[in-house]
Amino acid sequence: MVDIAIIDYGMGNLRSVYQALHAIAPTASIVVTDDPQEVVQAARVVFPGQGAMPDCIRELEARGLRAAVLHAAQTKPFLGICIGLQMLFEHSEEGDIPGLAILSGRVVRFASNLRDAQNNKLKVPHMGWNQVQHGNHPLWEGIDQNARFYFVHSYYVCPQDAQFVQATSCYPQPFVCAVARDNLFAVQFHPEKSQGAGLMLLKNFVNWVPV
Amino acid sequence: MLAKRIIPCLDVTAGRVVKGVHFLELRDAGDPVEIARRYDEQGADELTFLDITASSDDRGILFRIIEQVAEQVFIPLTVGGGVRQVEDVRNLLNAGADKVSINTSAVLNPQLVADAAGRYGSQCIVVAIDAKQIQPGCWEVFTHGGRKATGLSVVEWAKKMQALGAGEILLTSMDRDGSKIGYDLQLIRAVTDALEIPLIASGGAGTLQHLVDGVKLGGADAVLAASIFHYGEYTIRQAKQYMAQQGIEVRL
Repeated sequence: MVDIAIIDYGMGNLRSVYQALHAIAPTASIVVTDDPQEVVQAARVVFPGQGAMPDCIRELEARGLRAAVLHAAQTKPFLGICIGLQMLFEHSEEGDIPGLAILSGRVVRFASNLRDAQNNKLKVPHMGWNQVQHGNHPLWEGIDQNARFYFVHSYYVCPQDAQFVQATSCYPQPFVCAVARDNLFAVQFHPEKSQGAGLMLLKNFVNWVPV
Repeated sequence: MLAKRIIPCLDVTAGRVVKGVHFLELRDAGDPVEIARRYDEQGADELTFLDITASSDDRGILFRIIEQVAEQVFIPLTVGGGVRQVEDVRNLLNAGADKVSINTSAVLNPQLVADAAGRYGSQCIVVAIDAKQIQPGCWEVFTHGGRKATGLSVVEWAKKMQALGAGEILLTSMDRDGSKIGYDLQLIRAVTDALEIPLIASGGAGTLQHLVDGVKLGGADAVLAASIFHYGEYTIRQAKQYMAQQGIEVRL
């Protein structure tokens, strides 16, 4: 049986995600797949995403993967990454389109002309290593408060239910960068590119037994 | 807060890391995979590989280097040099690059930037600009490793690349490259102020203070350097500690 299925809907590069998972779980059977059946049968599912959300949703539909994603998000350890977090929500400002509506809330763009405390221009996309203030979910085990993760995004999620928020970061205002509900966990940053802290989070995911 | 990034740059030819002065006089600096691993351990925020010959023979070597680095190093990897079509972008991403840098081909065919960003997302498209001062406060874009003038204004060109979908600009001062006399701060300031997307400053870093100046005076979002790290003058960690002492937010 497949231990971890990384959902491939044709949007960019999943090799980094695969490599990082392989590094922390060398004996696990990991597949990068666009086969809905394989996603349904896998023990764990990783739902990555890059590029623009409208393209991601379109490609997901075109490959008949929507039902498999919904099923996985409700039934087994599920990790959304970047656009894979944003797509879980009801609506995105990017392209003004509906998402998968697994979680309540919407996805909005960082304001332009943001300034930091020293009055320096804050660029969009928010790109680079930012500090994360996290909750006490098992996926944060062994990860310091304010550990830095690698981000690259222009949009961020605004969940309706505060109880599902598992981490925030600041740019310059606080924004939500991780959510969790039951068997589902999703992050805005890229754990696969976040060196030690990122690999630790992936390791925690691979060992996670949702209650 | 978001940290300013330090990005060591590995110029690769025939499977070796080299470094020149003003784009010439190449000197060997070692094995790319070994160097990448060392910089990762020292806390580099990203790594940039530039294939500076980009001949077809070298292409295969570069792919194997990127594959090997991507298996061991879990920070963003940017690869550039000889990217001419969307397929080149795809092949580099598949080899393990997270971002692809486009330079000469962006000038010859600006639509390439739009097509590549449309297909793979702006987050993975870096447009590299080689800039040369032609008069005070005025810089021109050069291509083909700095050999060909284009007549394009650097500031206008950077804005156009942003509009076409570039996610980031890597700006190299040809006048300063390898000189170790510091970044062209005026150039960096002029371009970063004109952009919404992040800017990586490159060309001329010779001391740790130069890195600080690039961020504080130039306003760069990231600083790229090669010479000062390759020959063991400073480690990445020393550079970051120095920047932190000067009040710059860094990842330590």
